[in-house]
Amino acid sequence: MSRVHGYGRIDRGRMLTFTFDGRTYTGHPGDTLASALLANGVHLVGSSVNLGRPHGISAAWTEDATALVQIEKPFPEPMLQATTVELVDGLVAHGVNGQGRLADTADPARYDRKHTHTDTLVIGAGPAGLLAALAAARAGEDVVLVDDRPVAGGSLTGTEVIDGRPALGFVADVVAELARLGVRHLQRTTAFGQYDDGFVLALERRTDHLGADAPAHRSRQRVHRIRALKVVVATGAQERPIVFEDNDRPGVMLASAARDYLHRYGVLAGREVVVFTSDDAAYAAALDLAGAGARVTVLDVRDTLPREWAARAAEAGVPVHPSTTVTGTEGEERVRAVLAHGVDGSVRLPADLLLVSGGWNPVVHLFSHVRGALAYDPELGSFRPSGSLPGVIVIGAANGTLDLAGVLREGGGPDAPEAGPEPARTPTKVVWRTDGDPGRQFVDIQRDATVADIGRAVGAGLRSVEHVKRYTTIGTAHDQGKTSGVLASGITAELLGARIEDLGTTTFRPPYTPVAFAALAGRARGSLFDPERTTPLHDWHVEAGAVFEDVGQWKRARYYPEPGEDMDAAVLRECAAARSGVGILDGSTLGKIDVQGPDAAVFLDRLYTNMMSTLKVGRVRYGVMCGNDGMVLDDGTVLRIDENRYLVTTTTGGAATVLDWMEEWLQTEWPELRVHLTSVTEQWSVFPVVGPRSRDVVGEVFPELDVSADAFPFMSWRDTTLDGVPVRVARISFSGELAYEVNVNSWYAPALWERLLAAGERYGITPYGTETMHVLRAEKGYPIIGQDTDGTVTPQDLGMSWAVSKKKEDFVGKRSFSRPENHNPLRKQFVSLLPIDGRTKLPEGSQIVELCENGSLPEPPVPMLGHVTSSYLSAELGRPFALALVKNGRARIGDLVHVPVNGALVQAQIGDTVLIDPEGARRDG
Amino acid sequence: MQLIHCPWCGPREEVEFHYGGQAEITYPERPAELSDQDWAEYVFYRDNPKGPFAERWSHSAGCRRWFNALRDTHTYRFLGTAKPGEPLPNTQRNTEVRV
Ligand SMILES: [Zn+2]
Repeated sequence: MSRVHGYGRIDRGRMLTFTFDGRTYTGHPGDTLASALLANGVHLVGSSVNLGRPHGISAAWTEDATALVQIEKPFPEPMLQATTVELVDGLVAHGVNGQGRLADTADPARYDRKHTHTDTLVIGAGPAGLLAALAAARAGEDVVLVDDRPVAGGSLTGTEVIDGRPALGFVADVVAELARLGVRHLQRTTAFGQYDDGFVLALERRTDHLGADAPAHRSRQRVHRIRALKVVVATGAQERPIVFEDNDRPGVMLASAARDYLHRYGVLAGREVVVFTSDDAAYAAALDLAGAGARVTVLDVRDTLPREWAARAAEAGVPVHPSTTVTGTEGEERVRAVLAHGVDGSVRLPADLLLVSGGWNPVVHLFSHVRGALAYDPELGSFRPSGSLPGVIVIGAANGTLDLAGVLREGGGPDAPEAGPEPARTPTKVVWRTDGDPGRQFVDIQRDATVADIGRAVGAGLRSVEHVKRYTTIGTAHDQGKTSGVLASGITAELLGARIEDLGTTTFRPPYTPVAFAALAGRARGSLFDPERTTPLHDWHVEAGAVFEDVGQWKRARYYPEPGEDMDAAVLRECAAARSGVGILDGSTLGKIDVQGPDAAVFLDRLYTNMMSTLKVGRVRYGVMCGNDGMVLDDGTVLRIDENRYLVTTTTGGAATVLDWMEEWLQTEWPELRVHLTSVTEQWSVFPVVGPRSRDVVGEVFPELDVSADAFPFMSWRDTTLDGVPVRVARISFSGELAYEVNVNSWYAPALWERLLAAGERYGITPYGTETMHVLRAEKGYPIIGQDTDGTVTPQDLGMSWAVSKKKEDFVGKRSFSRPENHNPLRKQFVSLLPIDGRTKLPEGSQIVELCENGSLPEPPVPMLGHVTSSYLSAELGRPFALALVKNGRARIGDLVHVPVNGALVQAQIGDTVLIDPEGARRDG
Repeated sequence: MQLIHCPWCGPREEVEFHYGGQAEITYPERPAELSDQDWAEYVFYRDNPKGPFAERWSHSAGCRRWFNALRDTHTYRFLGTAKPGEPLPNTQRNTEVRV
């Protein structure tokens, strides 16, 4: 065991059992998986993705590049960092060799999101962030403080002194005061992206650390969407390694990480420790580990040693060698020895832990996300914020301030507490790498990307770090280059003979740490992914065994199969009923817009291709709407309710588009028109009663209504009542049959539907779905906008010149009809297509081709004449049929063409679109 | 995600808004009298400047009203918004550049 007494903040009174790579170990509450593994002497975690080299634990938090694990229990999750997985009882994990594995069952956990608005958001609860939050809260601001670790305090190890007290006592006092001041303080919450205008996304981990004690109702993770007037970035700094040969072995670790393992978890990560540094901070690690019982040797790159640290080292019996570099390591599954080169030549030092420190990289990600400018600081050997952004400030180590006194001042301002004495700093020596085989000097360890790879990129002519990143993949792993990014810039600059100042660094992009898609999706999964709209009859459809289809957000009954029926059989039966007896459809999803105002008629005249102002009250007109480009946008019927009031219907899918389109014209072009538009789609339910017996059914249900052809002709509407409930009936037919569309306030929809069914029972009334509706309309050649059209089709292409007014001087789209392209004889026109074999249902979307005189296909590329837009089996025709857009189609009626179907050519004849009752006798009856 | 200042509602989340193309393109008085070229200019041709650009936006998930905005296409930042018919901030605009 590597656990040392007297250190760490774990709960030694409780024991947790976990399994790693099939073996059972123990740890304590407060451990991470990584600290528990190290406590058990486990250094080998997995192997690298490309080269299969052994990988261990190289850091203690999110900057770790090597210790990737697959969690198996409590729920499979791939590619997590062992350094950030909090240990719980029963955890089962193994090291990742290559790639991780996603669960093959749905994640049972809940994820959610929360919106927060605040004056000041402080990111990071280290000394700078805590003091900034405190200052803002004391000044009366509303404050949110988030921090990614389990507890506040940031990088403080507990050995520091603040305000004359041990640092952690000071932290506890500040946290308590923040709570009293009402600061919303969230630990285990990672701000992973900053966006414009103070918008920050943060991920809170809410249950994993509780293990089996997690309340069942609590969401596992929560995405906080925080909008703040001021964002304080106090995200600290991460230690930067130095690249040397075989630097990827288990047992090579950041110096600060070893110190973290000791002070947070009471784990001594090695007994025979070599510390390789170009910076002062590693001395603290060296002395702390020595104090805990390790044998430690310090190799300092610098010629001038930090005097005070060197003296303390001498006192502690820790040898320090100046002007010495590490050139390699030995060992397989763990470092066995360190190879170094110093003033006395090369040496081999036995070691089981090699600590590395090359200085510090400010964590500038969240500043950079919002395009905050960064500049290279040669003293830091890294990039720090330069220039300012409105509403964003960066403080503490994230700003490049590394001494505790300075950090406290940046957080707390003039009233900041004092830090205990710190040794004077000796400048960091910026070293990116030492001498050695560049093919074994790993820059991005997770990606197996080496100095040699950068060399190849530069050799291939790449001169930008962004290009080098993509060529080498450096910085593209789960850690997004936290340890490798600056090194890659530095080494690229060195190889190019350029200045890193000029080269810059790659752009930081969210997320700062990996975020599961499940968390981003939140509650928007399954049926909550997108709103589901149902009609008032939905329960009836379900009970009737309807098969549903999605039409936009609507759930529509597609057909109602009887036992043993497939869709074709059900639809043939439903079609036959509507054509020979009576059918009924739930058409409630039809878009409906109430257009009111003294200028309603003028308004509709400008938007529809045909004339709506001449429509008489009580009458209905079919209308087509085009865009400015003259292409059909939507169609539907228009009922004139009153002198100043129309009810406009739209396609189910086009309802929102048409309302928006109307509003746009009204608000932006014709604000002088006195017109109001209201969606009434959900207020009115509509049931088309369709077929030769529809008059009998409707007449029976509404005794007050004269349903005779003379009193109630086609394309008119009448109001009536049923048991005192107003009902509007319109003679509109989307099937070509005698039909009555019955409209009622949606509250009464189920009752009226039942009444219609009861009255229709003796006529064999048959509910039909959208599929039958489509067949019936297609047999009559009625296009569906968006299925038979695609935004390049004019009313003329559809054969609807009759719906285009010649009297109106102008309407939207009219001028485009006379553009030369719209008179091109080769435009595609709407026609029917009958397969000659009488059997093949031509697949929708099929291309249409034509054979040469000699019966062979033309040379490729074979010219395409058009495509099939709709295709069905017809009960009435006793055969399949299709609608299509075909070049110059109307002039080609009678011609034979071919449609490739499953590798064979099916012959088909072009015909008129109306296949049933061309005179309209049934409809008008 | 920016906050966009709806002239009626105040600052609201960008996702509540819908882009409506270049502003100040008015429907021609008498389309029938325009040449094909001039009509095509109205229907299809739009400026594409780098820098301040007058645009139409709609607060589609809010008050559902249209308004005009001046936005810098280089930085994405909104320089100002105004109700239809009201002046936009008097910042220099580039409207000639077409790509
Ligand atoms: Zn608004």
